Amino acid sequence: MRYGKFLALSEVSVAFARNTLTAIIGPNGAGKTTFFNVISGALRPSYGRVIFDGRDITGSPQHAFARMGIAKSFQITNVFPQLSTHENVRVAVQMRRARFDILTPRDSLTELTDKADQLLATVGLADARRRPAADLAHGQQRCLEIALALACEPKLLLLDEPTAGMSPEETVAMMDLIVTLAGERTVILVEHKMKLVMGICQRVIVLHHGELLAEGSPEEVRANAEVKRVYLGQGV
Amino acid sequence: MRDAVDYISRHRVAAVVLFLIAFPWLMPYEALAINILIFGLFAVGFNLLFGYTGMLSFGHAAFLGSGSYFAGMAVVHGSWPWYAAIAAGTLGATAIGLLMGLLAIRARGIYFSMVTLALAQCVYYIFYQADRWTGGENGLRGVKVSAIKLFGVELNFVDPLTKYYIVLAFVALALWFVSRVLASPFGAVIETVRENERRSAACGYDVARTKLVVFVLSAAICGLAGTLRALHLSVVPIDSLHYLTSGHAVMMCLLGGMGTFFGPFVGAAVFLYLEDVVTTWTKHWMLVVGTVFIVFVLFFPRGIWGSILHWVRRGDA
Repeated sequence: MRYGKFLALSEVSVAFARNTLTAIIGPNGAGKTTFFNVISGALRPSYGRVIFDGRDITGSPQHAFARMGIAKSFQITNVFPQLSTHENVRVAVQMRRARFDILTPRDSLTELTDKADQLLATVGLADARRRPAADLAHGQQRCLEIALALACEPKLLLLDEPTAGMSPEETVAMMDLIVTLAGERTVILVEHKMKLVMGICQRVIVLHHGELLAEGSPEEVRANAEVKRVYLGQGV
Repeated sequence: MRDAVDYISRHRVAAVVLFLIAFPWLMPYEALAINILIFGLFAVGFNLLFGYTGMLSFGHAAFLGSGSYFAGMAVVHGSWPWYAAIAAGTLGATAIGLLMGLLAIRARGIYFSMVTLALAQCVYYIFYQADRWTGGENGLRGVKVSAIKLFGVELNFVDPLTKYYIVLAFVALALWFVSRVLASPFGAVIETVRENERRSAACGYDVARTKLVVFVLSAAICGLAGTLRALHLSVVPIDSLHYLTSGHAVMMCLLGGMGTFFGPFVGAAVFLYLEDVVTTWTKHWMLVVGTVFIVFVLFFPRGIWGSILHWVRRGDA
């Protein structure tokens, strides 16, 4: 992936198995976010391809990704601020379940309202359903991000530093949630806090200076000499 | 009090229409009331794009004006009956909306506003130059509809009060349509575009297509307002297409409350009433109205109606 003269990612070729939980780690500037943006549809790669479920989806528009079953949560919280928490999720659920409609009153579509309530309960936001999303605490907004991603019934869930800015208690709760979700779908996690991911992931990918440094199980990566060199003193 | 407001909110079209039925008796003369109906509808159509989708257009006079001109030309050059003229005007404005929308949607923010302004100016000059059809700078004259035959009943369109209620019938229909759209699933999508485009796309919504659909709907509503204006005034002044008219739409929405259903109507009413009243004192009515406008934008950013609603609803959990 080239930004002008800057090669942010080069020769990164990875494959993700179905229903696994994979973490992408690496120091700042390693290209994690660029990689994430390429596989989540926010960026079109300068070279290379993105293949999902056997289909080449390189260059598809952003909105096509959710429809194909690829959902993401953003590193910087991206919700609908003035809408209520419940409406945030309801409108996200609506994408999958309702066709283009300009006349039916949406309040009559109870299937969507119920599904939204279910998702809110899953992420622990049932009590906050009436409040405007902008009024939620930071940790709650991160949970809302996850609910929005789940709303489109994804086969692949891409999470960009979901625990960013969360307290230790909230982080544990979020990680538990992610492990639960990973049981039923493929999850790719970009994370900074390596200790968290090592315990729960099946596979770890390490990026460094835009290149693939190492990949494998957490134990393999932990034992890798190159990884140790890069993270020396950072307690892998 | 809040329960009453919530009840009215759920039946907002009926409430507004009931109020508008009584409205002529609140105004010094019917022509002002009719003008408020027409510009109220214009502002509501504009607000669909501005308040609900978050897109500020400086070119909506193109739809009001082209609606007026197409309806007017149908009557003057084609001798079409009134209902065909209204249809022609609305469809013509919608078509122009589709063309403008296709070009303008690609731009964002202030660039979008500038593109709409530029495109509306193109429309202005095209109509100005085609003076054989449009009358050029003198406007289109002779849009005379004196009688309206509806279900076998002949209504005298010249009588101001009858004219008011006929116009109200169309405005009521349009308001019902706008209300349905806003309450529909698509209405929810519109708001996600205003709130956070990136998130909306990430959730799977085609933001560009949504914007275009709203743009076209907005053009249709404003076009209908234009057709009614042509029939009401019996002339189509070239100023209908002027950017000042576009500016009026913005001001009315900001004055009344851009995030609300009824706000644009309130804004139109206040704006036109002030214009009417102040011009009897001084020809510098714009100064007075402009000052009122600045006061509201600075201290009541929710607008008149928006502030009233907020004051009634405050304390809501």
